[in-house]
Order: sequence, then C-alpha cells, then structure tokens
Amino acid sequence: MLDSFIIFATPIFKTISILILIVAYLVWLERKVAAKMQSRVGPYNVGYPHGWLQPLADALKLMTKDDAIPKNSDSLLFNFGPIWIMVVSLASFALLPFYFENPMLNVDLSLMLFIAISSLIIIGIFVAGWSSNNKYALISVLRMTAQIISYEIPLIISLLIPCILIGSLSFGEIIRFQEDVWIIFYPVLGQISFIIFMISALAEGNRIPFDLSEAESELISGYTTEYSGINFALFYLAEYVHLFGICILGSIIFFGGPNGPIFSGNILIVIKALLFFTLILFIRWSFFRIRIDQLLKFNWIKLIPLSFTGLLLACLVKYYMDFN
Amino acid sequence: MEDRIIERDFGDLAVNMGPQHPSTHGVFRLKLYLQGERINKIESFLGYLHRGVEKLSEKLTYDQLPPVLERDDYLSPTSNSLGFINAVEKICEIEVSRKSSYIRVLVAELQRISSHLVALGTYGLDLGGALGGGASLFLYCFREREKILDVMEDLTGTRFHTNMNQIGGVRYDVKTESINKIKKLIKELKPVLEDYANMVSKDEIFMKRTKNIGIISKKLAEESGGSGPIVRGSGINFDVRKNKPYECYSEFDFNIPLGINGDAYDRTIIRMQENIESLKIVEQIIQGIPSGDIHSRKPLKSPKLTRPPKGSSYFSIESPRGELGFFIVSDGTAIPYRMKIRAPSFSNLSLVEKLLPGTFIADSVAILGSLDPVFGDVDR
Repeated sequence: MLDSFIIFATPIFKTISILILIVAYLVWLERKVAAKMQSRVGPYNVGYPHGWLQPLADALKLMTKDDAIPKNSDSLLFNFGPIWIMVVSLASFALLPFYFENPMLNVDLSLMLFIAISSLIIIGIFVAGWSSNNKYALISVLRMTAQIISYEIPLIISLLIPCILIGSLSFGEIIRFQEDVWIIFYPVLGQISFIIFMISALAEGNRIPFDLSEAESELISGYTTEYSGINFALFYLAEYVHLFGICILGSIIFFGGPNGPIFSGNILIVIKALLFFTLILFIRWSFFRIRIDQLLKFNWIKLIPLSFTGLLLACLVKYYMDFN
Repeated sequence: MEDRIIERDFGDLAVNMGPQHPSTHGVFRLKLYLQGERINKIESFLGYLHRGVEKLSEKLTYDQLPPVLERDDYLSPTSNSLGFINAVEKICEIEVSRKSSYIRVLVAELQRISSHLVALGTYGLDLGGALGGGASLFLYCFREREKILDVMEDLTGTRFHTNMNQIGGVRYDVKTESINKIKKLIKELKPVLEDYANMVSKDEIFMKRTKNIGIISKKLAEESGGSGPIVRGSGINFDVRKNKPYECYSEFDFNIPLGINGDAYDRTIIRMQENIESLKIVEQIIQGIPSGDIHSRKPLKSPKLTRPPKGSSYFSIESPRGELGFFIVSDGTAIPYRMKIRAPSFSNLSLVEKLLPGTFIADSVAILGSLDPVFGDVDR
C-alpha cells in the first residue's frame, strides 16, 4: 500500500517542487528585467550575486505575515479561492512533458484536457472576488469573467490551427511532427496562429496591456485586494504557474518543444518557455493598459474573425495536402 | 398586521475612490455611483490635506511666509513664493533688479519642467499601472527630473523647496560653474523631452485611452474658471506670462502651445510642448544674465521686517497648473491682515463633476490625471 503510494506520489512531488522553484525564480527574473528596462538595479542585497535569495525571502515574509480575513466575508469560500487556483494551475502541469521524459498523464486529447483544466481557474478567481465582500474585488471579477470567457475562444482556435495541420491533439504527436520544421515556420498559418496565441495568452495570463482585473489605478488590486499573507502568496504563485504553463504550451506547440537544431531534450522546452516568458515581460513593461470595452471590442471584432479565417484556411490546406 | 411590500431598488453601486487610493494624486475622495462599468453620478469631497495656510499667514511676518507657502503646491514650490512676493512688492512698490528677476524666472521655469515631468510620469502610472509600462514611463520621467533637482541644489543649496525668492530680490547669486551646469542640462534635456513627447503621443494604446476622453469644450472652459494647460487644451489662448507679463517674461521669445479638442490627450501633449518652450526660456536666460545686485535692499545681515503700507493687492502668476493668484490685505504692520490664495488646482478640479458622469471607471482615472491636481494646492 505504502509502496504503491510512494511510487504514485514521487513524480508529483518532484514536479511540484521543481515547478515552484522555477516559478519563484521567474519572479526574480521579472524583477531584474523590469529593473533593467527602467534603468534601475532591482533586487540586489539579499544573496550575493544580484540578490538571488530574494524569492525565498519574499516567500518567507509572506508566510510569516498575518492572514487577515475580512469581517463580513464568507471565510470558507475566501480560503477556498486561492487553494483552488493553486491546485488547478499545478494540475494542468500533469499533462505537460516538461520535466520527465513523458508526462504523468499520457492521453490522446492532452491539449484539450490542458485547456479544460486551466480554464477552471476562473472559478477560483470568481469565488475569491465574490467572497471578499469588497466592491473593487466584485468589479474586478466581473471584468475578469468577461475577459477570460471571450479570450478563451481565440486562444483555443489558435491552438486548433496547428492541431489541424498536424492531425492530432496529443502533445506527443505534436512534438513528433515538429522534428523537421517547427510550426512557427509554417508559411502564413503558423505566424497567424502564433500572433493570435500571443495576444490571447497575454489576456489569459492577466498581463498588461490586458490586466484589467488587477488594474491597480482603478481597482486598487482587483480580486486580491482583501488577501494578505500566505493566501496572497498563493495567488501570486498561481498566477506565475499559470503563465509559465502557457509559456510551455507555446514552446511545445509553436517552437517544436524538445526539438532543437543542435541537440534535443526536455531542457529545451524550459529554455524556450523562458525566452517566451521574457518576450511577455518586455511587452508588460512597455505598454499601457487598455480599457475593458476596448478589450472586448478588439476580441469580438478583430481577433475572433481573424482566428476563424485562420481555422478555415488550415482546413483547406489540410484537405488539399491529404488529397495530393 | 399589514403586509409590508418590500421594494428593493437595486440602484447604482456606490464605490468610494479615495482618500487613500493609488490614483487620486493625493488625498481626494470621489464617491462614484456606478451602473456596471459606467459612472452615473459622482460626489467629490475635499479638505483631507487642509493645513490652514491662509489662516497661518495671519500669524507670520511677510518675510517668514515664502518658505511656508512653498509647501502649498509642492510640485512647483517656487511659483508659490514668486506670486506672493510679487504681491507684496506691489503694495510696497519695490522695484527688483533685472538680474534678480532673471534668476527668479530661471528657477521658476526649471521647476515648471520638473513639475510637468512629474505630471507625465504619474499620468503614466494612472494609465499603465504601477506594474507595467506606466511604471517605466514614471521612472524615466523621474530620472530626468533628478538632473533638474541636481542643478537646483547647485543653484540654491536645496533640491526642492528652493526658498530662492525673497522680498526685494533673490537669496543667492548664480555662479559661473552653475551656468555651465545648466548649459549641460539643457543639452541633455532637449533631446530627451522631445523623445518622451513622441514616445507618449504616438503610442497606440495611449491614444486609445486619452483621445476623446474628458472633453472640455471651449464654452465650458471659459465658464469654469479653469486655467493653465486645462483651458489651453481647449484652444483658449490664456497664459499669464503672455497676457499680463510679470517679472521679465516680456523679454523672452516663447510660444504658447494650444490644443484643439480639449481632451485628455491634448492636455498631456501641451504639457510636453510647454516643457520645450520652458527650456527655450532657460536657454535665453543663460545667454544673458545681466550684471548688478541680486537684492534691492541690503542683504539680511540685520533683519529688518517688511512693513507694507496700508492697502491691498492682487497678483497672479502662471504656475505649471494655471493662474496662481495672491490677494493680500495689509494694515500697515509686519503681518498680513488677510491673505487669500487663488489656487489653480482648485478651480481646475471643479471640472471633475462635469466631466466624469457618463464615462467608464477607467476613464475617471484618466480624466483626473489629465487635470493634474496637486492637493496641497487644492486644500491649502
């Protein structure tokens, strides 16, 4: 009994601990990149070369802080929200082949399942915002729900375009297909779907220019306004875990995953994801935020028609390729 | 018992914005009545930073007042003392030397640039958030402002609340090394300011957020009593420096940038263009500071109190935020009988109640930021 449990639990434990370590250093990377862009130094004093212990210090600080629960909030849901978000964003990594040779769950529809799991995050966010009993949090979750529901459509369609060209929804097949040529180099369709993916990933990951739920100039801090201590840390961590998941997804679907020009291996997935993450950082620290009505209008009028056109084009290309 | 019919009106959602809020530029409280994302009605509350400067001025002598008044509009301290001192000099009929007038204008214009840089930077925070591109703009602006503050330190010994102006002249002379430093500053600042103006004005998202937002029509601007970049954005050519020249402004060649639409975009761009014009003035001052005394009276070795004759005077200057006026009533003693400050931020802020209803929450922040109020100036 215990033996089989250990065999079952070891990979999960390993993945989660490595993931949290990576994500902690993503925060450090973000702070360093932002500092460079703004001609500052960034974290420096905690840990000798360039403040490398800063993430640990931050985590320690948040853990020791008082975990305040607002008086009139629904304390059960209030505590449930961050846990749900953390669990869901970690669970989606069971499908991604990024640490072990094979993902923990190896199914044919792994891409579909990944999207399904990661779109459950919105439940946690909504619960957190609703139960805080705070008007800013309420407005924030209303915005967030509208945003995530509408941006999920172009995100999924932009991922379907490569899948139609490849003819499979499993990550294994997708990686095998890209041994010769990466999807990003696929003429026209690859670039279109990547641009759509990029934009909707920013919206999904709640990054500027689309971070309307956290718009601190209007809504203080959005749905995390009332959170403090370890609960806030969970939100913070979950946000980065989710974003890192999207980055890994991008690196697998568009940049060939572990396939490289010189050598191949799963470390390449992580490296490509980090580069992708840095691109998102550059975007974040150089743009203003757009307004909610502009965001939705942009999605429904421009992005969705474009993505459907791409989908149609992909179908036609696949049809003619199969016949010749 | 009579059945009670409970009618519940699910009306507007009232949200308090401020007094502690990241984007109210100080301690301003707005009560927003929201219908979804749209603002139906607002109420505004002032006075969280009221320090009673006007009452305090009835206890302090004329010579003690300028440093206190510099804390009023804390982003452009010099313009406060400049207005007050000019009002006092008007009662006393003191003529200041041309040199001291030049130095006063030099400090005032440098501070106008620094104030407008803060306005642009904080506007970036309003639009882009403290965790995004806005923060980058904010830090760029503050980096340039730092250079101006360094020059200020060199000129006056103080970085910010310079306390340069005195009744009858200025406190410190300008040294030759300082002139070289200002020349270097102009050389560094000129390309950068133009760069920032382009960086902001041609940004797609910035245009989306600010164009056609918070439009002040020409009529509204005339009725409201607003001044400064707020009315110039609507195309009204009113600048105290040109209309009622004070100090030595009539000797310099500079333009008054005007907007067309009167929206938030125009106001921001005008501030950027004003920076470049101010730099022009500074350049002209540096080229020809006249020789002579910096003080029309004896230096304050043996302090002598200023005792204006009985009477009253009003004097207004162009602060970075608009027309800043001082009305002083003197009863012949060393202490003002009454002083009233006409604060530009206060009149400009009164436009908020006209501009906000009907806009989105996000726009409310953009509009408030484009008015650039300073709450030390509003509440006094």
